[in-house]
Amino acid sequence: MKRIYVREEWCLGCHLCEYYCAFANSGKDDMAAALKNVTIHPRIQIEEKNGVSFAVSCRHCEEPLCVKSCISGALSSHDGLIEVDVGKCVGCYTCILVCPYGAIMPAEGGGVVQKCELCVKNAGGIPACVSHCPNQAIVFEEREQKEGTVA
Amino acid sequence: MSRYVIIGNSAAAVGCVEGIRQQDKTGGITLISTEPHFTYSRPLISYLLWGKTDEGRMRYRPADFYQKNRCELLAGRTAVRIDTQEKSVQLDDGRRVSYDKLLVATGSRPFVPAMPGLEKVPQRFTFLSLDDARRLEAALTPEARVLIVGAGLIGLKCAEGIFDRVRSLAVVDLADRVLPSILDETGSRLVRQHLEKKGIRFYLSDSVSSFEGNTARLQSGAAVNFDLLVIAVGVRPNAELVQEAGGTVNRGITVDAYGRTSLPDVYAAGDCTETTDIASGESRVLALLPNAYMQGESAGTHMAGGTGKPYDRAIAMNAIGLFGYHVLTAGVYTGDTYAVEENGAYKKLFYQDNLLKGFILIGQVERAGIYTSLIRNRTPLDSLDFELIREKPQLMAFSRRVRARALSEQG
Repeated sequence: MKRIYVREEWCLGCHLCEYYCAFANSGKDDMAAALKNVTIHPRIQIEEKNGVSFAVSCRHCEEPLCVKSCISGALSSHDGLIEVDVGKCVGCYTCILVCPYGAIMPAEGGGVVQKCELCVKNAGGIPACVSHCPNQAIVFEEREQKEGTVA
Repeated sequence: MSRYVIIGNSAAAVGCVEGIRQQDKTGGITLISTEPHFTYSRPLISYLLWGKTDEGRMRYRPADFYQKNRCELLAGRTAVRIDTQEKSVQLDDGRRVSYDKLLVATGSRPFVPAMPGLEKVPQRFTFLSLDDARRLEAALTPEARVLIVGAGLIGLKCAEGIFDRVRSLAVVDLADRVLPSILDETGSRLVRQHLEKKGIRFYLSDSVSSFEGNTARLQSGAAVNFDLLVIAVGVRPNAELVQEAGGTVNRGITVDAYGRTSLPDVYAAGDCTETTDIASGESRVLALLPNAYMQGESAGTHMAGGTGKPYDRAIAMNAIGLFGYHVLTAGVYTGDTYAVEENGAYKKLFYQDNLLKGFILIGQVERAGIYTSLIRNRTPLDSLDFELIREKPQLMAFSRRVRARALSEQG
């Protein structure tokens, strides 16, 4: 399946991916209305220090520790896409405790968690972080997955 | 065609079914479950009483789980004996179920210590199963004064779950602090203060010397009047079936990395077993849902004839939220420490021999899994920027090469 890959040498640290992620998941049609004067809670997050920056979002692991550890059955994997059913999630944060990438986070309010779901429920087709990255530092490609790096 | 039999119907059993089906799409699977319910998430019973979930949503798998995996569920039936000669399991109704490969996933049961007068307490409960939760729920009233014996994970989650539905809550524990098995003194104090602010009363370093009807007399001399009593002292593995069949049992059923017991073609997984804790190197009972699922899955892949996926990276880990205050912990608490407490948040790291051994995060828990992965993978700390990883969990602390493999390398 297609996954998101990041190329840190191309990352400008502009944080546009975070804004487009928040917009894509806001359910709103207008970006200004969705983001103006609000604290955004993107599912992709930039790490940066001393001129180095890169984006981190769910890797959609083939052996997903989050799904295996989820105590409620809210996290599941369908054809490689790892999704959270917020109706079932109770916000215990076990997935936050096990994700080796730190790519699952509390949703706004903290009652449930959120993660990258490759924009399948909103923008469709291409994840918003990928299509709006100005320097192609985030790409959406079909590759053979290799496990057990940081994980 | 292989016949797989699973005694149990919870996380380890579900893991086993999913492990088997990764390898074998056709072999028959029979689950034997004392509890007559669809597989449900046991740790969600406190959320059920709290109203944060319901019995429909707390199902551990979708409604078509058994059908899709072609499983037969013998609900409400109890396995009473394993015959390893005949390779069958005898049920409480006398029936025998034959197996080629058997998984024992019998879980654990509440430990209820002997306390004088306990049998005469009219309204007493344990808190581990859905039926326990239903019974407790039926007894809850806005006027009820509740006494919980045990300030561990089960006792405190129970307290949170029923807090809004009763008049008062008191918790007694022999230990000098709450969550004694997963928190140090400072962490424990923060959690206790948080709960005390809600109005929960604690009697620590204390225990019940006797019950006189609805009064608990404590060792300290205090007397606590209550209407409902919850015993949440801990759990004990259900290891008897394997023990009686001649299998090796220590504190829990002894298994290898594929879940094999000492009995031929008999596997075990979950709360009824003991596992090697990779952080301490010791064998211990890790009665935790993620452990149960992964151990069950590993056993399933091996039972189905594959080389199997070993489950050899077990560690203790807990995520517990109490009224929105989150505590995430993992590993063992040995070695040097690094601790920071500020604004109600607390972090403590334990490291030794160039390895992260354990951590406690309270209040601020973002990206904790990066720390957990260092413990699980036994990542040499000198391969990271220790200053950075100490400050917060972040991939920036890894070398560029490791990061590239993690985030961008072509397979």
